[in-house]
Amino acid sequence: RFSTNVIDPNSIQPKLCVVGSGPASFYAAQQILKALPKVQIDIFERLPVPFGLVRFGVAPDHPEVKNVINTFTKTAQDPRVKFIGNVKLGQDVSLAELQNAYHSVLLAYGAEEDRLLGIPGENLDNILSAREFVGWYNGLPNNKDLKFNLNIEKVAIIGQGNVALDVARILLSPIDLLKKTDITEYSLAALADSKVKEVKLIGRRGPLQVAFTIKEFREMLRLPRCFVNMNAEDFAGLDAIVPNLPRPRKRLTELLMKSISTSKETEADKCFNPIFFRTPKSFQSGEDASSVGALTVAVNTMEGENAVETDVLETIECGLVLRSIGYKSIQADSAIPFNSKRGLVENSGGVIQPGLYVSGWLGTGPVGVILSTMTNAFAVGQTMASDILNNTVDASIKKPGFEFIGSLLKKKGIQTVSFADWEQIDKVEQSRGKEKGKLREKIVDVKEMLTIASGKP
Amino acid sequence: SSSPDALPKTDSLEVTFVKADGQKVKARCKEGDSLLDVVVNNELDISGYGACEGTLTCSTCHVILSKEDYDRIPSKPLDDENDMLDLAFELTETSRLGCQIVMTKELNGLEVRLPSSVNDARG
Ligand SMILES: Cc1cc2nc3c(=O)[nH]c(=O)nc-3n(C[C@H](O)[C@H](O)[C@H](O)COP(=O)(O)OP(=O)(O)OC[C@H]3O[C@@H](n4cnc5c(N)ncnc54)[C@H](O)[C@@H]3O)c2cc1C
Ligand code: FES
Repeated sequence: RFSTNVIDPNSIQPKLCVVGSGPASFYAAQQILKALPKVQIDIFERLPVPFGLVRFGVAPDHPEVKNVINTFTKTAQDPRVKFIGNVKLGQDVSLAELQNAYHSVLLAYGAEEDRLLGIPGENLDNILSAREFVGWYNGLPNNKDLKFNLNIEKVAIIGQGNVALDVARILLSPIDLLKKTDITEYSLAALADSKVKEVKLIGRRGPLQVAFTIKEFREMLRLPRCFVNMNAEDFAGLDAIVPNLPRPRKRLTELLMKSISTSKETEADKCFNPIFFRTPKSFQSGEDASSVGALTVAVNTMEGENAVETDVLETIECGLVLRSIGYKSIQADSAIPFNSKRGLVENSGGVIQPGLYVSGWLGTGPVGVILSTMTNAFAVGQTMASDILNNTVDASIKKPGFEFIGSLLKKKGIQTVSFADWEQIDKVEQSRGKEKGKLREKIVDVKEMLTIASGKP
Repeated sequence: SSSPDALPKTDSLEVTFVKADGQKVKARCKEGDSLLDVVVNNELDISGYGACEGTLTCSTCHVILSKEDYDRIPSKPLDDENDMLDLAFELTETSRLGCQIVMTKELNGLEVRLPSSVNDARG
């Protein structure tokens, strides 16, 4: 049944490993399991808990988006899959060690580094990355102690993508809409005391270039007690262009034009204000000399798709700034061929070299939703499987797999977390949430996660 | 009770999914099932289909209908469905989200096409 150069999948027992446990990891594993019936897949994750940005990125008021976790859980529970949490590539284990132990290695550790504006005053207090702010409200252990002040009225968010909108929505939402979500307790308390009244969303280009999608913008229009305000002049001439746009851009632009200024309900006490054609130039301190008080921007004109700065400057008052202008990956291990300029791992269709692969944001750059990550990871998973089936990667060589890596970690005294251990943590989180009438109360301390995982709290 | 309404409805309806490579997959379902239910209940092997489990927050359940079928489906797409469809790969004039199409007797034998790949939009 098989052509001569194709191996019978039932005759081999390849050992593969994946670094990271976000969508790029689980979706690739799902494809590999289909193609290779006797495969063993070990998933290494830096944190004691799985799912990457689905747990730590997706907004707490979007629980439906996290339904993908159900499919990931099924994959993780497959007897051929082993989740190994609390193991960091580049620190606890090296790429060379993984390559020795496994036939193929898939890097899927995402893109967590923030891009900076690189302008004067950026180191003032109360200027944070939107990503850190997200990590704070979503209980990312690294961001749980983030220090900033919400006792201010005006916020400037730099960037006009979906993460910028997520953050704006969380800041402008009535607190009751967040109470039952899995937002962390401490953030809920801080947001309840917040004085934020106005959020500006600052973009270098115009309404035709916004990176957010229509669903997320429509949510802003539906936010109770919040009024949307934009500058009508920024939409000049669009009437003529709109009919010829591709459907998604057309519907989004039409909705933006319809919402230039939503009728100011009498009870609206908050304002969402997208601002177009402005490039941040510098930050100035306010009353408190160490914290941001204003942002100076240059007014831009458009030349085709590009924003070009003019000499005209404006000042925008703001007591909190959230930077949301993109991310890059890091080189977790010096043996990874890394493009530091683009902030991603060099690859061609997910292949770094036969036997070493990359999927998700680490390989594509940090753009796109779970869906695009899924498409990419499916393709990379298929490539990994076919490289084994057509003998590009020789799976007949004996490889020790976790037998080797496990003993190595043991020697280093590293406590690993299994998927069953995670399910214990998950149970505790859900029951703590239940007590408070919430979906879940996340554990934000790695030590506490490890204590629960060890089964001797 | 013994009223016939209380009896479990049988899987009396049929739907055909046509994969991008032309392969046809037939499945049976009950009245009131959505196309997503049909895929889930029959464990059809369509990678990634229905990622958000019918909550209108993905577009992995995208199906393409004939113009005729598109027009005769009683429930027209609302804003929220169209918003997600905008992100679907290979969007057509007669595209719908499978989780929003509910099977009725009238739709028995419905044939829908699956796009060649799930979504890849939204930069
Ligand atoms: C704030 C935010 C909100 C988002 N909201 C949505 C949304 O609502 N809907 C949507 O569709 N998409 C959303 N996205 C996009 C979506 O999260 C990404 O498309 C997707 O998560 C990328 O998957 P990934 O697996 O490449 O990376 P990640 O999800 O980041 O997974 C990477 C994993 O690798 C682990 N890791 C990192 N370094 C190491 C190491 N050295 N060793 C071992 N493990 C390591 C990390 O802990 C993490 O678990 C959002 C993104 C962000 C940033
Ligand atoms: S299943 Fe997600 S939109 Fe239909």
